[in-house]
Amino acid sequence: MLVIKDLHANIDGKEILKGLSLTVKPGEIHAIMGPNGSGKSTLSSVITGNPSFEVTHGSIDFNEKDLLELAPEERANEGIFLSFQYPVEIPGVSMVNFMRAAINEQRKYRNEPAVSATDFLRLMREKKELVEMDSKLTNRAVNEGFSGGEKKKNEIFQMAMLEPKLAILDETDSGLDIDALRIVANGVNKLKSPDNATILITHYQRLLDYITPDFVHVLYDGKIVKSGGKELALELESRGYDWIKQEVEA
Amino acid sequence: MSDAIIHEVTQSEYKYGFTTDIETDVIPVGLSEEVVRIISAKKNEPEWMLDFRLKAYRHWLTLKMPTWANLTIPEIDYQSISYFAAPRKNAPKSLDEVDPELLKTFDRLGIPLEEQKALSGIAVDAVMDSVSVKTTFKETLAEMGIIFCSFSEAVEHHPDLVQKYMATVVPYTDNFFAALNSAVFSDGSFVYIPKGVRCPMELSTYFRINAINTGQFERTLIVADDDSYVSYLEGCTAPQRDENQLHAAIVEIIAMKNANVKYSTVQNWYPGDKNGKGGIYNFVTKRGICKGDNSHISWTQVETGSAITWKYPSCVLQGDNSSAEFYSVAVTNNHQQADTGTKMIHLGKNTSSHILSKGISAGVSQNSYRGLVRIGAKAENARNFSQCDSLLLGDKCGAHTFPYMEVNNETAIVEHEATTSKISEDQIFYCNQRGISTEDAVGLIVNGYAKEVVDQLPMEFAVEAQKLLQITLEGSVG
Ligand SMILES: Nc1ncnc2c1ncn2[C@@H]1O[C@H](COP(=O)(O)OP(=O)(O)O)[C@@H](O)[C@H]1O
Ligand SMILES: [Mg+2]
Repeated sequence: MLVIKDLHANIDGKEILKGLSLTVKPGEIHAIMGPNGSGKSTLSSVITGNPSFEVTHGSIDFNEKDLLELAPEERANEGIFLSFQYPVEIPGVSMVNFMRAAINEQRKYRNEPAVSATDFLRLMREKKELVEMDSKLTNRAVNEGFSGGEKKKNEIFQMAMLEPKLAILDETDSGLDIDALRIVANGVNKLKSPDNATILITHYQRLLDYITPDFVHVLYDGKIVKSGGKELALELESRGYDWIKQEVEA
Repeated sequence: MSDAIIHEVTQSEYKYGFTTDIETDVIPVGLSEEVVRIISAKKNEPEWMLDFRLKAYRHWLTLKMPTWANLTIPEIDYQSISYFAAPRKNAPKSLDEVDPELLKTFDRLGIPLEEQKALSGIAVDAVMDSVSVKTTFKETLAEMGIIFCSFSEAVEHHPDLVQKYMATVVPYTDNFFAALNSAVFSDGSFVYIPKGVRCPMELSTYFRINAINTGQFERTLIVADDDSYVSYLEGCTAPQRDENQLHAAIVEIIAMKNANVKYSTVQNWYPGDKNGKGGIYNFVTKRGICKGDNSHISWTQVETGSAITWKYPSCVLQGDNSSAEFYSVAVTNNHQQADTGTKMIHLGKNTSSHILSKGISAGVSQNSYRGLVRIGAKAENARNFSQCDSLLLGDKCGAHTFPYMEVNNETAIVEHEATTSKISEDQIFYCNQRGISTEDAVGLIVNGYAKEVVDQLPMEFAVEAQKLLQITLEGSVG
């Protein structure tokens, strides 16, 4: 589904990703862990086409398409979703208008007619329940005045609405209390299917208590330096990252 | 609006006197007493109207163009302008000859084909004749005693009303452009709502635009008698493809006791091309007076067009307990310049005014809000609240706010708030990541920002305004 080969990427002329390769197949859940500043968010930005980053080398294919050739909105409409580490506020744009625009763009991309008002509202209601999101929030402007936890929940709500093929969750668990964490994990698990894949970027093992990854990767200094099963996450939890650094530098 | 249509209409309407001779005469460009007399004669005007024009003209000669606005206005040679509604020389004969860009815009605005032809300046009689809506609703209005007609018709058929009210709100001495308009105005609209009548439909120039073209110097006079209500729409839905062209209009509103007048504008004159070539210079004087107690006037404007906009729809709150509102969205892109705002002059007791101005600047444009709130010495308990917001797209444009307050009565409460915000790349990317293109994202954000103002517009206008906001800003981000 997703094939990344020898990816190098810069921001402001500084190389952040330094030869990263990763393959994700349908139905899989991959966890990416790693110390702060190792390039995890950069990876999610590059996959989704954030124009601040420049890809200098390597390739990203998504379902046999060259992702680097596609505009960010096309990548989204191909089914790639990013739950942002720091979701932005968009004052004046109501959640309803925003979601309707997003859904309709996706439908247009697939040559489907625009969603009817009743279908749309039904979908909103259904997904709000799924992530236990307060209607007060969906009546507001996008993320405006949302607490940190509410913003994260809103990301999962949007993911549920858009039903992506590949979801990338960038530290969606950070700053969540245990209830919110359970709800977010629940949302992810409910959307899991043999056709979809998820990349979980996280610092902590605790999310992985709720979502069981098929693979765990350690990203360090712009490269994946170690991969394993879910037991790798446990090892990282107990031993920290220093041993990885030593291994890499050795 | 197309000169070809003016020509056709005027030609077919005025069959008498020497007007036909004038048609064939070549009227020299430039402004002189003679030109003023010719305009008046061509319109078969009575003596008093000619006198008014001449007085205005003579006064205009003593004035200089104002320079206080935050605008860079190229030298305008008033002697090189034709003040006579001459037919457009290269008027297209069919839609095939019209700029495809223009047609694309029409399509996206959902303007019907016949309308498109008229707006592009194609001389088609059928278009004007096809506006049968006009005649049917005119009858309904007439039954209620409502007068809604062109200014010329009003001069002819309702001279008492015109003489009583014309230039009482905007005298020809008011300013340079008001004097110019008073001297040479081509036509315009006249509305009279009798006592106690609630006008049952929105009165719109949109219906009339093809039938009686109002030209570069139009004049509108709206009189709402005691206890009446009217909502008036002025729409220019079409971008124009002319060279720099001067547009100097006057709008006067008079609201008597308990009367309520709502005036909405969507202005989309041609703004010039991306490099700032061409476009309309729009110098407009709009003012209303809340003459009677408990009267109300509200101005709503969505300004997306014109190369230069100089416009301050204002209100004089003379009647006790009268109130006024000014809701404005002004968008500037590329090389556009706008200096727009309002004046609220509180004279009566317990008067209140509300100003909500939303500026949006993109490209290398300059967008200024200029507002005056004046509380007269006798205006006990006056209230004003002003909110001026600016939204910037990119970092080469400018947003400026010039609020002036003159408070001469200590019971007054005058409040002013201002904000400036920017559309960030992060916001755009967030939308992109949800499948929304940059242009649609800008449209969403801008329409969200302008919503409070756009919501004041009548339904059909609101939809058009939303599309316009987005189209105007196309290509301004990313
Ligand atoms: N917008 C930016 N401008 C400059 N440097 C950046 C920017 N974003 C990230 N970086 C740098 O890139 C590196 C990787 O950051 P990031 O991908 O956010 O790491 P992680 O998500 O793993 O904590 C860091 O050194 C960070 O300082
Ligand atoms: Mg990060």
